[in-house]
Amino acid sequence: MGRLSAENRQRAEAIVAVYPERRSALVPLCHLAQAQDGYLTEEAMEDIAKLCGVSPAEVRGTASFYDMLHTEPVGRYVFAICTNIACMLAGAYDVLGHAEERLGIHSGQTTPDGMFTIEEAECLAGCDRAVCVQVNHRFFGPVDEEGFDRLVEDLSAGRLDGTVPPHGVLNRVHRAVGLPARQPVSATISRNPQSAGAPPAGALAESAPSGDAVAKATPEQNPRKEKEGEAG
Amino acid sequence: MLTDAPRIVTRRIEHEDSHTLERYLATGGYDGLRKALSMTPEQVQEEVNAASLLGRGGAGFPAGRKWSMLRKAETTYLVVNGDESEPATFKDHLLIERDPHQIVEGTIITAYAIGAAQAFIFCRGEFALGLERLTQAVNEAYSHGALGAGIFGSGFSLDLIVHPGAGAYICGEETALLESLEGKRGFPRIKPPYFPAVIGLYGEPTVVNNVETMSNIPWIVLNGGAAFAALGQGTSTGTRMFALSGHVERPGWYELEMSKTTFRDLIYDPSLGGGVRYGRELKAIIPGGVSSPWFFPEHLDMGLDQDAVGKAGSMLGSGSIVVMDETTCAVRAAWRISRFFHRESCGQCTPCREGAGWIDKIMRRLEDGLGREEDIDLLLDACDNISPGLSWPPRQTTICVLGPSIPPSIVSGIHRFRDEFLLHVKEGGCPMPPDEVRHA
Amino acid sequence: MPDTTATTTTTTTTATPDTPEAPAKPETLAITLNGREVTAQPGELIIEAAERHGVFIPRFCYHPRMKPVGMCRMCLVEVSSPRGPSLQPACFVSVADGQEIETESPAARKAQEGVLEFLLVNHPLDCPVCDKGGECPLQDQAMSHGPGESRFIEEKRHWAKPIVLGPLTLLDRERCIQCARCTRFAEEIAGEPLIDFFSRGDAIEVATFPEKPFDSYFAGNTIQICPVGALTSVPYRFKSRPWDLEQVESTCTFCAVGCRVAVQSSAGKVVRFLGIDSGPVNQSWLCDRGRYGFEAVNARERLGQPLCRKDGELVPVSWNEALADVGRGIREAVSSQGPASVGIIGGARLPNEGQYAWSKLARAVIGTDNVDAQLGDGLPAELVVSLPQATIDEACHSKYVVVLAGDLREELPILHLRLRTAAAHHGLLVVDCSPVPTALAEVAAAVVPAKPGESAASVPDLVGSGGPLEGVDGSDVVVVLGRPSVSESADSVAAAAAAFVRALPGVRFLPALRRANVRGALDMGLAPGMLPGRVTLEAGRSWYESQWGSMPASAGLDTRAMLEAAAAGTMRVLVLLGADPLCDFPDRDLATRALERIPFLVAIGTLPTASAQLADVVLPAAGPTERGGTTTNIEGRVTHLAQKVVPPGVARQDWVIASEIAEQLGLDLGFDHLEGIWEEIEEVVPSHFGATVEAVYGPAGADGVVLPVSGVGLSLLPPGADPRRRLDPVATPGIDSVITQGAPMFAGFAEVPSGQVAESVAIEEAWAGVEPPALSADSVRTSGSSAPRPAPATFDPDRWPVPGAPVPDSYGFRLVARRFLYDQGALVQASPSLGKLAPRQRLHLRRKELQQLGIEDGGKVRVRSARGELIVPVELDESVPGGVAVLGFNLEPVDEPGLASIIDADEVAQTVRIETVED
Ligand SMILES: Cc1cc2nc3c(=O)[nH]c(=O)nc-3n(C[C@H](O)[C@H](O)[C@H](O)COP(=O)(O)O)c2cc1C
Ligand code: SF4
Ligand code: FES
Repeated sequence: MGRLSAENRQRAEAIVAVYPERRSALVPLCHLAQAQDGYLTEEAMEDIAKLCGVSPAEVRGTASFYDMLHTEPVGRYVFAICTNIACMLAGAYDVLGHAEERLGIHSGQTTPDGMFTIEEAECLAGCDRAVCVQVNHRFFGPVDEEGFDRLVEDLSAGRLDGTVPPHGVLNRVHRAVGLPARQPVSATISRNPQSAGAPPAGALAESAPSGDAVAKATPEQNPRKEKEGEAG
Repeated sequence: MLTDAPRIVTRRIEHEDSHTLERYLATGGYDGLRKALSMTPEQVQEEVNAASLLGRGGAGFPAGRKWSMLRKAETTYLVVNGDESEPATFKDHLLIERDPHQIVEGTIITAYAIGAAQAFIFCRGEFALGLERLTQAVNEAYSHGALGAGIFGSGFSLDLIVHPGAGAYICGEETALLESLEGKRGFPRIKPPYFPAVIGLYGEPTVVNNVETMSNIPWIVLNGGAAFAALGQGTSTGTRMFALSGHVERPGWYELEMSKTTFRDLIYDPSLGGGVRYGRELKAIIPGGVSSPWFFPEHLDMGLDQDAVGKAGSMLGSGSIVVMDETTCAVRAAWRISRFFHRESCGQCTPCREGAGWIDKIMRRLEDGLGREEDIDLLLDACDNISPGLSWPPRQTTICVLGPSIPPSIVSGIHRFRDEFLLHVKEGGCPMPPDEVRHA
Repeated sequence: MPDTTATTTTTTTTATPDTPEAPAKPETLAITLNGREVTAQPGELIIEAAERHGVFIPRFCYHPRMKPVGMCRMCLVEVSSPRGPSLQPACFVSVADGQEIETESPAARKAQEGVLEFLLVNHPLDCPVCDKGGECPLQDQAMSHGPGESRFIEEKRHWAKPIVLGPLTLLDRERCIQCARCTRFAEEIAGEPLIDFFSRGDAIEVATFPEKPFDSYFAGNTIQICPVGALTSVPYRFKSRPWDLEQVESTCTFCAVGCRVAVQSSAGKVVRFLGIDSGPVNQSWLCDRGRYGFEAVNARERLGQPLCRKDGELVPVSWNEALADVGRGIREAVSSQGPASVGIIGGARLPNEGQYAWSKLARAVIGTDNVDAQLGDGLPAELVVSLPQATIDEACHSKYVVVLAGDLREELPILHLRLRTAAAHHGLLVVDCSPVPTALAEVAAAVVPAKPGESAASVPDLVGSGGPLEGVDGSDVVVVLGRPSVSESADSVAAAAAAFVRALPGVRFLPALRRANVRGALDMGLAPGMLPGRVTLEAGRSWYESQWGSMPASAGLDTRAMLEAAAAGTMRVLVLLGADPLCDFPDRDLATRALERIPFLVAIGTLPTASAQLADVVLPAAGPTERGGTTTNIEGRVTHLAQKVVPPGVARQDWVIASEIAEQLGLDLGFDHLEGIWEEIEEVVPSHFGATVEAVYGPAGADGVVLPVSGVGLSLLPPGADPRRRLDPVATPGIDSVITQGAPMFAGFAEVPSGQVAESVAIEEAWAGVEPPALSADSVRTSGSSAPRPAPATFDPDRWPVPGAPVPDSYGFRLVARRFLYDQGALVQASPSLGKLAPRQRLHLRRKELQQLGIEDGGKVRVRSARGELIVPVELDESVPGGVAVLGFNLEPVDEPGLASIIDADEVAQTVRIETVED
């Protein structure tokens, strides 16, 4: 791939058009490019530079500031294992160590088959579900060693395809207003067309994909619900 | 004492479909906006002033006052801070995923009150589902007539952009957030000017408010500022979300009346934290995010009150409380926090960039048993060079307050548990039991 | 919120109707600096105010010529505020009335030591092998403001050793202290953000985009301002240590901007140029051509010995023999065919003194007016000297600047930088009306390309209704006037100047002529029909007869006419004064025929150029850094050149060569030393009166003297004032640490006893009320002459008519022959570092034309003109207007067919046909 595809270019131009200043679209466009290729290719960064009116060095420099933006290829699934204080207290380093052993890579590395990358993450705002793990920014938790193994198996078997799109695909709902026609980002991803849980083009009131198991689980899990139940 | 204060921002959350427009409308959604549009912007501001709503993002600055500081200009922006990355804080995450319309409504009302025609919700990039739900909510709000030209037939128009972050804690700092929103790296802006209300996004006056702050606005408009101010006490009015994590039986979020509830209630009440896990002894509490100095058992009966906590030498900050039990290694906890700041320092100013890395390395050495006794005072002095005097509230040699957020955990740890630090040196390793995996 | 710019309590001045000039704000503020009551200007940064009062505050990221960012935190000082003293970055916070500032209090000291210790956390201690060792602000300030010992025992950051950032720029990332000076310079000043911070936190490194090197012409400045040894240049790397260096302050003579430089040498060889902060000119910046061009001085092929042609070969001879040959050649020509059979081409790169000597030699000794410093590629001398003149500062501070010239970034890089900065940051409105938008177009308020050859015709579009200059007051406008294309005659440019003068009374001009001292050459009369002092031959005849003796009978030939006469066999002697017509004249065929046909060719210069290879006598001359004297820049600003090294072999100063040739011809030019020549110039040359040796050669004249001298403008120092130039040691590391000779420079405010450094206004103040020297004829010692001093030429718009309509575009495309900073010229090619940077020839066309012609980007085409044809690859370039094709001038090696073989610089416009070719 590399360059932004024709559809993504159109979408990129639409994104640029919403902002009062072009450069503001830089990060959204980087996400768009990552959704296309899984990481930021040089070609895409050059396209983004033109669209945002900056130099390619500035796109790369700016993107490299952000942990989510990768200027080198990463795995199809990126595990972010939080080891920050709340998760650490719940044994996150053991989970991380286990993950590294299980996949045979260190944090920051990608398995040779290009399937998995492990990242040691800072707090992911899921501390009530420590140890908190994200796969391509979809939440899972609490995750222990066995839970991690299960995740790997489910992902490898494609059982989570509806929930976890390939790395880079972030927001599958697109701004409906001010855009002439919406194209699902994931429709342009050639690697796994089935995983595209994206809304059909043109529909305005489609709901967000409800693939996030954890988010769905939140109400049940939250102790507050019980309390509320008690309180009537 | 648990009060029977109403839940303001989480009242809809138990519903499976709390994020949808249907549910939102069925539970009074956008009524606040309709009411606000029937008032003048000044009247809306007046209500928020009367509520004395403190910002929920960490600094606790009164929202109404912030709005009134706006420099007069043709263009004014509103930016909602949904970058929630402070370790152990997870309340905004919940509000974004479970009640995005409430944020959108609060944002529209606020924009109306301050005269902004363009608003942004900066949503942490790692919240993929949250981004989808927020975007969906914005789309729905447009089709519902709550956003766009002539909102609800009024003369007020607003465009709202959901802007994704991309993974950098510093972008929660409001000026770094604005830089990031401008498509740059998240380097905090140097002060003066002190407030984005004077020079903000694209150089224009800008209000930056937290997601939870925004979530309170519809209720305040509907029920009146006085009703809000009647909750809590002193300057700590209303309810507030507290994110409880660490060694407690029931980690989670709790919306509680401010000031009236104590740390003890939060941690030990069976309907709340349910006590320290496995019935162990409490060792320390981080009361307001990892930037705050630690509290200890003697602080348990203090109310969850901004002023009281401030006076006691810490802060309620982002409302996240981490409980550490007796098995916790103070060195390890402080090290992990310093490692966080090392990884997240933006790199712009020297004391923070280099200090964070150095302190992380020394702490790591201590925890690994390679420390020297003099390292302890060296740590304190390095901290002092970032935050002179190690006082509270902190002074700083840095551009933003990320730098001075590094010392509190180290200083708390050393002041309270110096013997534990020394033991690490003497024993050549960590004397405490390892972290435990909590099996769910 | 407390406002640090709080209003003052000490002044009550308000503007009242009867005192309309009364300032609304206090002129000065009172602050307390380290317990001492001092004054400061409103808006002044603490660091600047302290500096003026002799208090040096340590710093790294702050650079006086860039916006402050306050990020390194080295300059923390204690500042009073309503809530008690707090630590504030002195580089970012402005002074406020009544403020108390402590720069050395315990709290400030601790903060400074703390920051320094932090900076060393990841900085390798490889000072012994670091280029910056000995002149490193980090090293120096670690000594003066650091903690004295390191408490850091952990592993430092490790990165691969130097990586290549650009063709001449290397980066050692481990040494970088993340001050962002380099990235800020690239973005803010150069406008070429090819480098940027990569990553975050203490992993930040400076990086380019892969395969997009930092190939900015201004890259060298980042090396100069790097406060550590992170950035190094290929030409200087490992060449010397600071303590082995000597330096003088001088002027760069690689183009006509005239940047002030520190010329540094080691063991008798020039090894480095650093830019000096000359406020009105280069403000510390240099272009890479100027910075590294000294390599040509050290070139192995430098001429060090006179050569004479014997049996067809150039062989080394003695000066006596060579000079005798030259004398004989000229004498024979004059006696057989008269003085007009002798011509002198070139001289634009000589110092003023050499130019004056040659001008006098030609007119008064040989008797010829065939002198031309320009090679058919410039502007008419009379136009340049008579145009109402603006300085660079005036251009930058005016409201509008019109650019009708070639691309200034390629031709006069630092002028480009000054204008770009003014446009990008200070609201200057640039109107770019060059035929092909220049590099300034990016920041321009309007881009209105003139049709090649029809510059004059575009003026009404600019000033007429709807034009960017409609209704504008002429005194708000400065026109940068140059030759936008070598392939179009200067006539239409001259006519455009006339049109501007008519349409915008009060408009001023900045001539965009490239060669180092071309302005001086025109002032010194190295142009046919012009005599020294901006006077025409006719107007100045009687004066110069009274001064010099005899004068040529009539105006002589310009370069083209001389070459034509030579080719036709009517010229007998040509002297090339540092000129290389084969390479630089826009018609290579004519130049070749002329030089091959001329019976006696003398080449004087520094390098064995292609033209010199054809000479009968070659005389080696001293080059830049090897000669003293003065030079005049595009503004008419005269600055002093200091000699740093000796010329190679027996090469001699230009004025000495002129004197000796005069001697061969039996006359004495009357010079025995440089200052003596300047004294005569000041006496004799009308435009130079008042520019005394003291003012121009002395240390006080470091920023030069703009001619004509208008009185107190002379920067003569008041008695007792310190003549040394004050430098910010951290802004330009490497000047402070070097042994200085000649014009003194110094750095380091800290070493000045407090109170001794006068306020910056001292000079003006000291001269306030001093009467300017009277500019009357009687005050000139005129060797007993009674002739009146001639008046400098004034601009007469009618003198410059619009040229006839250009030939119809039967060939399809109007050709623009543009220049590039690096080309195949002898000086660039003699610098190993720069020579290889010259771009390859490409025909630039926009997409639409490419498509119409059915050519691929990169494909080859045949460019055919009425004179010849050339086969070149095309390059897609959307900045090129429709109907226009662009080629680079002097991009082909001299022995290959090139652009100069298909153009005619005398045509109003050149048209070409473009055809596809099969490879
Ligand atoms: C290092 C740092 C991180 C911060 N992170 C956040 C954050 O994630 N979310 C947030 O709302 N405010 C954060 N803040 C506070 C914001 O700067 C700002 O005060 C807040 O968004 C204002 O909103 P409020 O007045 O509604 O609280 C952070 C501040 C600092 C210094
Ligand atoms: S390379 Fe030098 S100038 Fe550039 S940021 Fe690093 S230390 Fe500063
Ligand atoms: S992160 Fe705030 S100054 Fe470094």
